[in-house]
Amino acid sequence: MLRLTDATYIDMVAHALDDLPNEACGLVAALPGTDKIDRIYRCRNAADSSRLYEVEPLDHLKADRDAEGRGLEIVGVYHSHTHTDAYPSPTDVNQAPDPSWHYVLVSLKDPEPVVRSYRIVDGAITEEPVELERR
Amino acid sequence: MAIEVEVRLPTVLRQHAGGQASVQANGETIGAIFEDLLRQFPLLKGQLLDDDGSIHKFINVYRNDDDVRYLEKLDTTVGADDVISILPAVAGG
Repeated sequence: MLRLTDATYIDMVAHALDDLPNEACGLVAALPGTDKIDRIYRCRNAADSSRLYEVEPLDHLKADRDAEGRGLEIVGVYHSHTHTDAYPSPTDVNQAPDPSWHYVLVSLKDPEPVVRSYRIVDGAITEEPVELERR
Repeated sequence: MAIEVEVRLPTVLRQHAGGQASVQANGETIGAIFEDLLRQFPLLKGQLLDDDGSIHKFINVYRNDDDVRYLEKLDTTVGADDVISILPAVAGG
């Protein structure tokens, strides 16, 4: 389960649209021990590509520090697929950095953006529900 | 004289370091600090360095605010007031 407020959901989709034609990427932060995303961090895509993403390492460091200062921790990553489904690609699986993370995909393939979330453990992909909360 | 610095570990590596988020290590370069980390926490073997002995491509290493790949990599010098941070390289397609 991944819980998103409607504000973080909208921000994530807006980031995906803003960075077209490239893939957008960022990090998601939650209170430790919860699955409720409190904040997202837009990061630069160091790969500068419509097919690949690489979270700019300095943006990751800044996000990590900011999250820690707020009592949060980075618990996952989101990125967009500009022309394919919201499903992890083989590259996403091979490079998944942390089995405890949430892997959020924003697909812009269809006119309506699609947001899905996954766990990736030892190369196995499991989808998890995404629940939106108003606040 | 040995220099002891704080090394901050990402969640994915903490399991190999007794669950600690932050550890102390001795060394005057990133390479020496990595050697000390591997001495203290043998389970980190294969996580910090690639087979060719360079910084593992799946991690990023920072001296304070600087990515050491843009400094002197493993030869980057470290002072007592520096904080070394290790984060996973986050990438995909």
